Amino acid sequence: MLIRFITLIFLVLASAATSFAQGSDPKPLFDQLADANFNQAETLVGQIAATGDPRVVPALNAFSEGDLYFRKSDKAVFSAKSAGSQLELIDPVTGESAGQVAKGAVTKIKVNNNLRRAIRAALGGLTLMSPDRGARLSAADAILRSPSAEALELVEAALAKETDGEVKARMEEARAVSLLSSDRSIDEKRAAIETISGLGASGLGVLNSVSSSIDPSLKPDLDKAIASIQNAQQLWNLAQNVWYGMSLGSVLLLAAIGLAITFGVMGIINMAHGEMVMLGAYSTFMVQEVIRENAPSLFDWSLAIALPVAFLVTGLVGFVIERGVIRFLYGRPLETLLATWGVSLILQQAIRTIFGPTNQEVGNPSWMSGSFPLGGMTITYNRMWIIVFSLTIFFALLFVMKKTAYGLNMRAVTQNRRMASSMGIRTPWVDALTFALGSGIAGIAGVALSQIDNVSPNLGQSYIIDSFMVVVFGGVGNLWGTLVGALSLGILNKFLEPSVGAVLGKILVLVLIILFIQKRPRGLFALKGRAVEA
Amino acid sequence: MISGFILRALEGRIVVTVGILLAVAIIVPALNLLTAPDSALHIPTYAMALMGKYLCYALLALALDLVWGYCGILSLGHGAFFALGGYAMGMYLMRQIGSRGTYGNPDLPDFMVFLNWKELPWFWYGFDMFPFAMLMVLVVPGLLAFVFGWFAFRSRVNGVYLSIITQAMTYALMLAFFRNDMGFGGNNGLTDFKDILGFQVQAGGTRAVLFAMSAIMLALCLIVASAITRSKFGKVLVGVRDAESRVRFLGFRVENIKLFTFVVSAMFAGIAGALFVPQVGIINPGEFAPANSIEVVVWTAVGGRGTLIGPIIGAILVNAGKSYFTGAFPEFWLFALGGLFIAVTLFLPKGIVGTIQHGWNARKAMKAAADAEKGRNAGAAPVTQQAQAAE
Repeated sequence: MLIRFITLIFLVLASAATSFAQGSDPKPLFDQLADANFNQAETLVGQIAATGDPRVVPALNAFSEGDLYFRKSDKAVFSAKSAGSQLELIDPVTGESAGQVAKGAVTKIKVNNNLRRAIRAALGGLTLMSPDRGARLSAADAILRSPSAEALELVEAALAKETDGEVKARMEEARAVSLLSSDRSIDEKRAAIETISGLGASGLGVLNSVSSSIDPSLKPDLDKAIASIQNAQQLWNLAQNVWYGMSLGSVLLLAAIGLAITFGVMGIINMAHGEMVMLGAYSTFMVQEVIRENAPSLFDWSLAIALPVAFLVTGLVGFVIERGVIRFLYGRPLETLLATWGVSLILQQAIRTIFGPTNQEVGNPSWMSGSFPLGGMTITYNRMWIIVFSLTIFFALLFVMKKTAYGLNMRAVTQNRRMASSMGIRTPWVDALTFALGSGIAGIAGVALSQIDNVSPNLGQSYIIDSFMVVVFGGVGNLWGTLVGALSLGILNKFLEPSVGAVLGKILVLVLIILFIQKRPRGLFALKGRAVEA
Repeated sequence: MISGFILRALEGRIVVTVGILLAVAIIVPALNLLTAPDSALHIPTYAMALMGKYLCYALLALALDLVWGYCGILSLGHGAFFALGGYAMGMYLMRQIGSRGTYGNPDLPDFMVFLNWKELPWFWYGFDMFPFAMLMVLVVPGLLAFVFGWFAFRSRVNGVYLSIITQAMTYALMLAFFRNDMGFGGNNGLTDFKDILGFQVQAGGTRAVLFAMSAIMLALCLIVASAITRSKFGKVLVGVRDAESRVRFLGFRVENIKLFTFVVSAMFAGIAGALFVPQVGIINPGEFAPANSIEVVVWTAVGGRGTLIGPIIGAILVNAGKSYFTGAFPEFWLFALGGLFIAVTLFLPKGIVGTIQHGWNARKAMKAAADAEKGRNAGAAPVTQQAQAAE
């Protein structure tokens, strides 16, 4: 009840104040500018702005540009623009033309930097009252960027009228930053510092700029606020680094996840894995080409269409490789390395012969481009979708492996081939399908990676070593290990980067992996059991 | 004892190969220097340089064969040892340029002047002395192999894992050497060499000597490798390859055996690199590329691992093929190389020499068996066992 009463009084007072201000006519105020010195002019500008009349905005703009004149004959003030050899006079309030005069008939009203600042603040205050929500918001932002004591009253007046929550919050902040440089009471300033400390980087600038001139009794509060902002910034930096790390980790995960099957589960050192990723990226390119030519309106769906296409293409290639080469090499892992390296050379050269050695243009659909702010950091859509996508693939694969009959067969064959065979599982068939699955997933990864990397015949080469590192680090034969390995390597990389640089960071990560393998020769999550020693 | 060690090395095939290599070391430079350019027997300088390069690659393949063929360590990082040896030689050659560089600085190589370095980094000290540089050609790769192997073999990292971390090693080194502030010339590497031991690198005579040195070093390393593999130590080595745990249970220190072999092999690779650089005229971080190391594995596999001679033949054949294909059908080289990888692993798992040797042994065994049947020879059984062990 009490609150409602206070609010009511507040509203009444506020409307009274604004109506009073708007009631006065700005025209005589303008005319007084003719005789005013710089200080008086500054006061007058404040008074003009206090009328809250939006019509004065162009004239004030003209004033700060130095286009405000008074007529020598009657000292009436006009803004003017040149019309040939003459000047066209414009009424400062109504904006109507007041005829043309010779240049000699008028005198320019001088303007200096102080005055310009006052005008800018006044304009900011005027647009604070604008009926357009966007204009009010940007006016508040303008004051936030260049706070001044002059703007304070305007902001307060606007604040009293404001109803929109977001704009109001922004104006509160604008009021706080303006208040600091005004001559208000210590307590009010203390409260303002409190508000500013929630502002982040821009608040830090304001606080630093007043720190030398502020009342000594406020110094502890100020320092505390600065420290808290810096703490918050450090936290956001940390969050940003973690995010970048997750983003890199998700790329590593995407690249490694197919390898976790062909290498991790099947034990094939699949050097052609990178080329499967590349084939996936080229499938995306082909799909987009077809869509561009036949149905441009479907372009936003191109990635969704490319996913199954890439999966089928690379899965089929993987199937052929398994049946044609790898099935003769089971039990000789080091020789699968040679054969699949040969396959990778052939695939690379084939793509180079067909598409040429240059990068192919793969477009981003609209929902993949752009970014949005989250607190103190910026998140780009393509990175976000790739994180989501890689996790989706990961869990889908986990589901297939753990919950389906096919996954059961696959695990049975890799754990004990003979036993599985005698249980009636067609082991050659399971081998071929597993390899095809691993290749297909590499192809899907290629669709995603085509969005953030150059699509060229060498695409796969840049991922193959990283992929092996991830799988070996995480522990061969363990999908969770691959997930943890990819994310931790990604985050580690991004945390090393700021202090030692990208290349050295990568070298350090490699060295750390080499050392880590010494400590745990079977990776982070090693499979237990006698089969491992075989 | 040492002479016995060496003499045992000189088994028939090795003697023949060493003989051929020494003959090549004399004949090729002679044909290059002494015959008229229009003579039918003349070997042009570029061809000799090319052959010299093949011999360096052959030495690298031999080094890999020692660890892979006899010890079962598939190193995917031998290119790193090769490149390190090459860099050591390159640093010596850079120091020999002296004030003849573009910037005319008597101490600093051009790239350091360009990067505004004021004085020579400590790790460049001593490289103006040839003996020191040659020592480093052996020590640097050997030391890296020692440290790497010390950790890896002690913690029993083997098989696929070892291969992958050796690959990580060469990849990390490649990234490191690409950095300008490493002090090794960044991605341009070291080049523009002027002279070696006072002789012009580009001069025909120097090239001939370098070629002869390559052939002789290859022959020497072949003898050393053969001596190692045919000694008692070599028998244990093969034991480690075929049944590591069993050798360990018999009381051998497997990690030390592996470490010794790995270090010797790395030194061989370093020598190969050191001979390679003055003949090619450049060393850059590209030599560390993991793909290069894998290619070495292929040469070895094509020739036949565990035969010492096979890798030499393999390296020369594959590289000659590469020179021919990249000139005649550049598009098809990778198809051919890739096809070769697949064909060799599928159809010639023992490689060329291994397959011939296997056929030979099988025939001998059959003959021996036939003889035994006739009751004239009692030594048939051990021969058959040997043939089986070779599989």
